[in-house]
Amino acid sequence: MVDKKIVLRFPKRLVDRPIVSHLIKDHDLEFTILKASVTQDEEGLMVLELKGKQEEYEKGIAYLKEAGVILESLSQDVTRNEERCTHCGACITVCPVGAFELDMVTRQTSFHDKKCIGCGICIKTCPPRAMELHF
Amino acid sequence: MSKTIEEINQKIKRGEAVVFTAEEIIGVVKEKGLKRAAEEVDVVTTGTFGPMCSSGAYFNIGHSKPRIKLGGGRSYLNDVPAYTGLAAVDLFLGATAMPDDDPRNKVHPGEFNYGGGHVIEELVAGKDIRLEATAYGTDCYPRKKLETWINIKDLNEAVLFNVRNAYQNYNVAANLSNKTIYTYMGMLKPNLGNITYCSAGQLSPLLNDPFYKTIGIGTKIFLGGGTGYVAWQGTQFNPTTARAENGVPKGGAGTLAVIGDLKQMSPRWLVGTSMLGYGPTLTVGIGVPIPILSEEILQYTTVTDDQIIGTIVDYSDAYPNRRNESVGEVTYAQLKSGKVTVQGKKVPTASLSSYPRAAEIANTLKDWIKAGKFELTQPVASLPGVESGVTFKPLNERPIAQ
Repeated sequence: MVDKKIVLRFPKRLVDRPIVSHLIKDHDLEFTILKASVTQDEEGLMVLELKGKQEEYEKGIAYLKEAGVILESLSQDVTRNEERCTHCGACITVCPVGAFELDMVTRQTSFHDKKCIGCGICIKTCPPRAMELHF
Repeated sequence: MSKTIEEINQKIKRGEAVVFTAEEIIGVVKEKGLKRAAEEVDVVTTGTFGPMCSSGAYFNIGHSKPRIKLGGGRSYLNDVPAYTGLAAVDLFLGATAMPDDDPRNKVHPGEFNYGGGHVIEELVAGKDIRLEATAYGTDCYPRKKLETWINIKDLNEAVLFNVRNAYQNYNVAANLSNKTIYTYMGMLKPNLGNITYCSAGQLSPLLNDPFYKTIGIGTKIFLGGGTGYVAWQGTQFNPTTARAENGVPKGGAGTLAVIGDLKQMSPRWLVGTSMLGYGPTLTVGIGVPIPILSEEILQYTTVTDDQIIGTIVDYSDAYPNRRNESVGEVTYAQLKSGKVTVQGKKVPTASLSSYPRAAEIANTLKDWIKAGKFELTQPVASLPGVESGVTFKPLNERPIAQ
């Protein structure tokens, strides 16, 4: 089984095509839309969580690439600068998906990048600006 | 039994002082009992590490050739304006100052990525800072323009001087409105979506000495990674705040004005900080040693998070409009559990001050004392007590007739 979060960038010409619909119909994949928007330049951005068999997942990814969708992995996008983080914990109630967790014994805050959907809200709300977004 | 600070210092010099942090002492007293522990323990160390806006530093940069009088002109450190209303080459930089061209909240919420607090952090880190100054020129100080790099090692004096730090308890922040708000207590989600707090609780200096029996003017402290002193009571000092039965204030009460040599401090303990939609500030590390002179003083240091009450305040309406209303009361133990129940709703909580760093400060101070590197001082004057009648007055606004 595969469970991955991916970033899909749709060039302007693909925005009105039913690509995700085909992806799911033609392959046995479960999907969750974590984020979807159309930018000022009318390009589409979608963050998807895809679950399914490795073989189906790979076929699905091949289909997206063939259709002209630009794929990026998500987990590497947001990172924590460990030197700047003071473990205050301000991020904990800011993150919409609970990617930050407070250790009740050490009071340290951990960042689970696998849960992160790359919304970027922690970047601007972290008081010492320890969270960094990489494109 | 009672001890004196002099006796404790003799033990520190001999390397025999018995020291615990304000966290450790809770278990020690539970195990040994108050009487025996008071005889055995010499010092309890406290710590706090949180954003403290009323912080700043002053510098004497030395005289240029020909001379310039910065006083009355304009001076900028890395584009952040410094206060020049002093003599020729003294400058004061406040933690919340920001570049003239910072967009502030023009696009709300503003990011405030760089300000006075960040300049202080970089200066302490030994980085070169760009000074740009203009002056009006006098016969004795003819120069009108100065652009130079400065470095902390070349300054005559670089002194951290914070007029209000180490708040003894603080508001717990909530948002009862239906839109997200951006405050100095962080981002507050609508409809009681989250709650934020900012105190080290059982480790916090003034919560361990609630009636200021040992902490006074002249008390030597851990400040920004170096040593400093309590210079005065902090501004907005308010000993008459409502207190629980154990004497612990239920909201902001005492504060400390602190001073110390910036040159021996460290950027780990003075961190430039940005509050989204609010402004830049400085996160400051402070630790205060409490000499265990009596059982009563020891008893105060055993305070636990479940005995410290915080008052929840609505930052969407009651706070900005200065209405003295409370949404409820919670203990710091409840706040630290990650969720509190307010108005029948389970609300997630987040801290703005770092408890792990507060504990590190208390432990560092403990190590310094045990190693004989840090002796205690006898305060030269007391902070105003409950009996002083000192209160925190609102502004008596008197409109000026046109």
